[in-house]
Amino acid sequence: MATDLKIQNAREALKEWAGKAARPVTLMEVCGTHTMAIYRHGIPSLLPPNVHLISGPGCPVCVTSQGQVDQIMELARYPEVTIATFGDMVRVPGTISSLEAERARGADVRIVYSPHDAVELAEAIPARQVVFIGIGFETTQPTVAAAVAEARRRELRNFTVLSAGKLVPPALTALLDSGELQLDGLLCPGHVSVILGSDAYKPYAERYHMPCVVAGFEPAEVLEALVALVRQCAERRAEVENLYGTWVRPEGNRRAREMIETVFVPGPAIWRGLGPIPQSGLHVREGWSEYDAARRFAVVEGEAPEPPGCKCGDVLRGRVRPYECPLFGRICSPEHPVGACMVSTEGSCSAAYRYGRIPK
Amino acid sequence: MCLAVPAKLVEIHDNEGVIELGGSRKTVLLTLVTDPKVGQYVLLHAGYAIGVIEEAEALELAALQRAVMESEEAE
Repeated sequence: MATDLKIQNAREALKEWAGKAARPVTLMEVCGTHTMAIYRHGIPSLLPPNVHLISGPGCPVCVTSQGQVDQIMELARYPEVTIATFGDMVRVPGTISSLEAERARGADVRIVYSPHDAVELAEAIPARQVVFIGIGFETTQPTVAAAVAEARRRELRNFTVLSAGKLVPPALTALLDSGELQLDGLLCPGHVSVILGSDAYKPYAERYHMPCVVAGFEPAEVLEALVALVRQCAERRAEVENLYGTWVRPEGNRRAREMIETVFVPGPAIWRGLGPIPQSGLHVREGWSEYDAARRFAVVEGEAPEPPGCKCGDVLRGRVRPYECPLFGRICSPEHPVGACMVSTEGSCSAAYRYGRIPK
Repeated sequence: MCLAVPAKLVEIHDNEGVIELGGSRKTVLLTLVTDPKVGQYVLLHAGYAIGVIEEAEALELAALQRAVMESEEAE
């Protein structure tokens, strides 16, 4: 009951501050888990008419470039390779294939819950080369780095990672610098911020005058964060507010960041929709190169075209809403996905398909 | 992908811990957190604890309150 009351209060506050803002307010969430929560709980239907929500590049599977998806297929085709991956990646279509299709052709593809499970798997099958597909943002990358360190501790010679980790702040900077979007505030990711710390958003508040609110994932928590953002807009403030303070500290989890820095070094990365962004990817450090799958198997991330007609790139930049894509719900669905945004349960297209309604 | 859940830490053995979640127990890795203690709550992501808080703080969490409410409704 307490939750219902919180939601009711938040709705009223939202209405009040949206009225005071007296102009359209566009807010972007940059976390796939928020995207899913927003659609699942029908939050767009609770918003005042001048408050708009758009989804940004918050889903790691979705922002993985088509070239990198093809690179993963190339790895899967090595007869000695066993691919270990989070489940989300299995159905992502590359230019001509997916891990699911490769598996049907005989490739060894295993879904793991933790990068650590991939290390255990490598130890259990010493005759195979286990390659872990290391996609993920700051939340996940410490676990990937810890698994690599564990593989070294166990002196495993048959474990590597395809480093595909990405960093959220450089993508936010690229998005804001592009000038494509008229944004009034950022709903900042909850679990990425557990690692990064809420202070990481200060540059966006200070340099870009962008209200930033770190939020949890319960419906009331999301709504309260939206209230805080709209209120900042109405009061013409731009600050970082941390509404997920139980887990998120201003300084984040230093130990986890040190783990990332031990194994990986930031470098350029290509994002689906956003293109190349400097310092936005994590690459295996020189001293750890024996754990670098790209190096061991000499597979490079090439350039690959997006599937014809797919608007995934524009969706990830917040320029196109999922239902505005001509493929949405017609030839692209979670059962038969054309683009990555329809595959991952956190992709905007998948969330819109499962829970959304097409607005009038 | 960045899903994470709170759970109570009930045992610690070096870098491994045991958590209790929804009535079942599971081994988790504690490599990424500093000085965790039995009785505290951890935030679990991909098999690792990525955050630690005191029990009193955890009981304020909306996610946990909802889980408790739903389990009571189910009974």
